[in-house]
Amino acid sequence: MLHAMQHNRLLICIVALSVVAGCGGSGGAGDATSILHRGLSTEPESLDAHKTQSIQAAIVLRDLGEGLAAYTANGELTAGAAERWEVSDDGLQYTFHLRANAKWSNGDEVTAEHFVFALRRLVSPDTAAFYAQFLGDVRYAKAIISGAKEAASLGVAALDERTLLITLERPTPYLLNLLTHPATFPMHPGAIAEYGESFARAGKLVTNGAYRLVEWIPGSVITLRRNEHYWNNAQTAIDEVQHHVLTQEMTELARYRAGELHITSSVPPDSFAQVRTELGDQLRVFPSLGVYYYGYNLTKPPFRNNPELRQALSMAIDRELLVEKITLRGESPAYSWVPPGVHNYQPTVFSYAPLTQDERNNIARGLYQDAGYSEEHPLRVELRYNTSDTQQRIAVAIESMWRDVLGVKTTLINEEFQVLLANMRDREVTQVFRSSWLGDYDDAHTFLSIMQPENAANMPGYVSEEYDSLMERAAGQVDLDRRRLFLEEAERVMLADHPVIPIYFYVNKHLVSPRVLGWGDNVLDYHYSHHLSLKAAE
Amino acid sequence: MLRYALLRLLGAIPTLLLVIVLAFLMVHAAPGGPFDDERVLPTDVAANIQAAYHLDESLPQQFFRYMSGLLRGDLGPSYRYRDYSVSELIGRGFPISLQLGALAMALALIVGVSAGTLAALRQNKLPDRIVMFFAMTGISIPVFVIAPVLVLLFAVKLHWLPAGWSGVTGPAKFILPVITLALPQIAYIARLTRASMIDILGRDFIRTARAQGLGTATIIRVHALKPAMLPVLSYMGPAIAAIVTGSVVVEEVFGIPGLGQFFVRGAGNRDYTLVLGIVIFYATLIVSLNLVVDVLYGALDPRVRRR
Repeated sequence: MLHAMQHNRLLICIVALSVVAGCGGSGGAGDATSILHRGLSTEPESLDAHKTQSIQAAIVLRDLGEGLAAYTANGELTAGAAERWEVSDDGLQYTFHLRANAKWSNGDEVTAEHFVFALRRLVSPDTAAFYAQFLGDVRYAKAIISGAKEAASLGVAALDERTLLITLERPTPYLLNLLTHPATFPMHPGAIAEYGESFARAGKLVTNGAYRLVEWIPGSVITLRRNEHYWNNAQTAIDEVQHHVLTQEMTELARYRAGELHITSSVPPDSFAQVRTELGDQLRVFPSLGVYYYGYNLTKPPFRNNPELRQALSMAIDRELLVEKITLRGESPAYSWVPPGVHNYQPTVFSYAPLTQDERNNIARGLYQDAGYSEEHPLRVELRYNTSDTQQRIAVAIESMWRDVLGVKTTLINEEFQVLLANMRDREVTQVFRSSWLGDYDDAHTFLSIMQPENAANMPGYVSEEYDSLMERAAGQVDLDRRRLFLEEAERVMLADHPVIPIYFYVNKHLVSPRVLGWGDNVLDYHYSHHLSLKAAE
Repeated sequence: MLRYALLRLLGAIPTLLLVIVLAFLMVHAAPGGPFDDERVLPTDVAANIQAAYHLDESLPQQFFRYMSGLLRGDLGPSYRYRDYSVSELIGRGFPISLQLGALAMALALIVGVSAGTLAALRQNKLPDRIVMFFAMTGISIPVFVIAPVLVLLFAVKLHWLPAGWSGVTGPAKFILPVITLALPQIAYIARLTRASMIDILGRDFIRTARAQGLGTATIIRVHALKPAMLPVLSYMGPAIAAIVTGSVVVEEVFGIPGLGQFFVRGAGNRDYTLVLGIVIFYATLIVSLNLVVDVLYGALDPRVRRR
């Protein structure tokens, strides 16, 4: 008993100490002008770029490393570790000239060999990189990934210390965009040889970007500090960046409002209206390269060989109403598959887009009857979505639109995310399912390619010879205007088949402190910390 | 005595083994896998990844691979936190969860017992009414409601305390999570203490003590507190369980890198090795604690040893 009492006294002391110390202990956003606090909605899987596929890992890696090309704060393509490049007339050879002053965080020079090393590692089956296929059009990349060729045969060569040649199998007009992605960043062969699998840990990772890794507390925070050797270090204003892992949007918002964060990764839907009123222009909302859609399982009835029914369901959804009353965060209704704002592309829209919702509903009823359904013989369909409030609200709204306009009897089935993914892939039990696609680069190809039959992301199981042949013809084009026409025509063909119901286009939404300078809204939602600076606290 | 302890230890092994087998089968039976994502991987790439993490092997093969690692004390690499081993994540997360839980328990006992005693002494008067009102409120409001309200008040409006955990130096970051976690327990303990204290204060021996001229403070401290604590002590088991489960929510809400957060995310991400590792860790902990209790019982009571 005496022992227990002593124990209690100790605990009392600890609690009391905590209370006293609490008043001065907060390391919030107001402390130092050069520490930037950013919210991160999920933890990166790794800081080895080849072991990741999340957007969040890429956000941190863009602060740490630098590819051959990069983006400006406003999302325009610019020089990165390469200061210039030339493209051959047939569009198959890219020659990059690296900066003479490009350095690693340990002071070593960044050479062309480091890019060769990293890109071979990316496609090697031993690495099992998630983004291996990202450079699939580089010569022999696909054969290497499937194990048919050695990694050393990849079409990437160091002509000298500072000249890199990339050879393609076919023209890839968006190659430069790909080369801004962390999966294509150079790697320091010495560090990997020395530390092996654990080379991406704090204290070991060698980086060529504006920052180096100082500490990573899993589930909490990733701290980066200025890379003194970075070629553009003189222009880098912020000394330290803390990426705070905050999976709950409400927690992130509370921390922003408490002054502990400068930039949030999102804004919770339930607080959106309030935030807009209270925080005004700190709220940044701008278009994103992402589409939210419902897909049909095209391999089974009732949707197999039934374009009338698919079109009827698509037309009966009042997208304007959905974005105004349900999603609430400034999303735009989707009448095409490729979002507006994609570089050198004009999305084709559904032929019914100019009609009013009443006119659409009338046509939808006719199509529904043509497909053999009526009030007495209604369509019974299962709609699957992953468990979340937003998904639930959208599903309920669509269920009621289908019921009111067509008389469809919909069963809503919410599934845990991983279960839904497994079901979508198996195409056994699914009929209609919720999904989304976020573009990897600013080109229509990132959206259109997933509807090709060999693409694993083609969840509906869409197959169309006409579409494939148009995509193939686009792929062979060096002339960007001709390529664009083929892609736009492919989208028109695909939309007319209604394999999916595009519902709305995502928007990027962030809270950005008035102290943050240099922020630029851009569709890719890339915001490199080294483009930003902090105004002194008032 | 030693023989008894050893026998009990041997008896714990089949229990643990059963837990491991069941947990292994259950995580693998859940649909989806650790590398599934809305961003579906090309077939060749997916095959390379499955091979790299040995997920292309049959379930028995995977089980024996896992067990042979486990016997060497290796819980394997986490599938989701790919730069970290499971042992390392548990090693980082558990001390944080333990601190959080211990502080919450201590706070609950100190405040709960004091408030309950005060209420008992002023039975049916204003202090009693106030304490019981707050106790009722504390029991009724769930953790996920209390937490945001506390954050709004003390972090967003008053700026007295940090709203989150990461990047905050010093112990201030403990205060709101600990209070959130302790509040429902304070309420329970206050009610238990009040009821039991009222009962004790009505007993003959307390009346005798009063008749001897002892002050209220002395009576409470020397005579009443100890017997009044018995119901509170027997509530400790459920309270610890409530704090462990509550810490999962609190860690998620405040973004605290404790074991509860890793467990929940591990399950959602199908991080097989991390989930298994934490299950095995908790199972071992519980089995060992039971073992210690059994051995202590044996030491105290010879009849237990003979059975």
